[in-house]
Amino acid sequence: MIEVTGSALDTADLQRSLANPAAGGYCAFEGWVRNENEGQVVERLEYEAYEPLVIAEGQKVLAEAKERFGYLEARCVHRVGLLELGECAVWIGVASAHRDEAFKACRYIIDEIKVRLPIWKKEHYANGDSGWVNCERCAAHGIAD
Amino acid sequence: MKVITVRYFAMFREHAGVAEETVSLDATTAKDVFEFTRERHGSAEPNGHCKVAINDHMADWDSPVNDGDTVLLFPPVAGG
Repeated sequence: MIEVTGSALDTADLQRSLANPAAGGYCAFEGWVRNENEGQVVERLEYEAYEPLVIAEGQKVLAEAKERFGYLEARCVHRVGLLELGECAVWIGVASAHRDEAFKACRYIIDEIKVRLPIWKKEHYANGDSGWVNCERCAAHGIAD
Repeated sequence: MKVITVRYFAMFREHAGVAEETVSLDATTAKDVFEFTRERHGSAEPNGHCKVAINDHMADWDSPVNDGDTVLLFPPVAGG
């Protein structure tokens, strides 16, 4: 399941939603709002998403991870709107029979989400400027023309 | 001529000054629509790191566009 929300994430509640008696391992990734990027002091972030295609493409990513690593449960939630330093912008949780598939699926999901989903991040800097962040991995990921 | 609705997101919306507009143009592919809007709004962003969708389905730059389509132009993404 993949969701977009304008509300703060309750990660303990999200973790509980993955409970499965067959699961022997659980792995989560949280992306937090950081106070610096490429030498600029960041005060807050603003996320924008095109939800219909975030959901459609995100479901493909989760299905690919299941096909490759065979997890039992997986869920991803991404914030939109203005976020303050330290807030959780994205949460991914994976429960699986053993730890290896949980680690691998979690890593696969966050890596793919960062380069494939229509989500944009605007940084607001301490000096009053702001700027949209470009994907760092696009060229390496083969998206470049 | 084809009538195409173009939707802009994030940086592209700020460059265009509108979230959506309907344009008439000679276009065969999504790339043609991108180049048309790039010239129209003076954007310097090449299409290489950008993505495109047609009628809410992810598409390629050489995907054909038809009269009445909605083309969504996505600047470089940065989720997470």
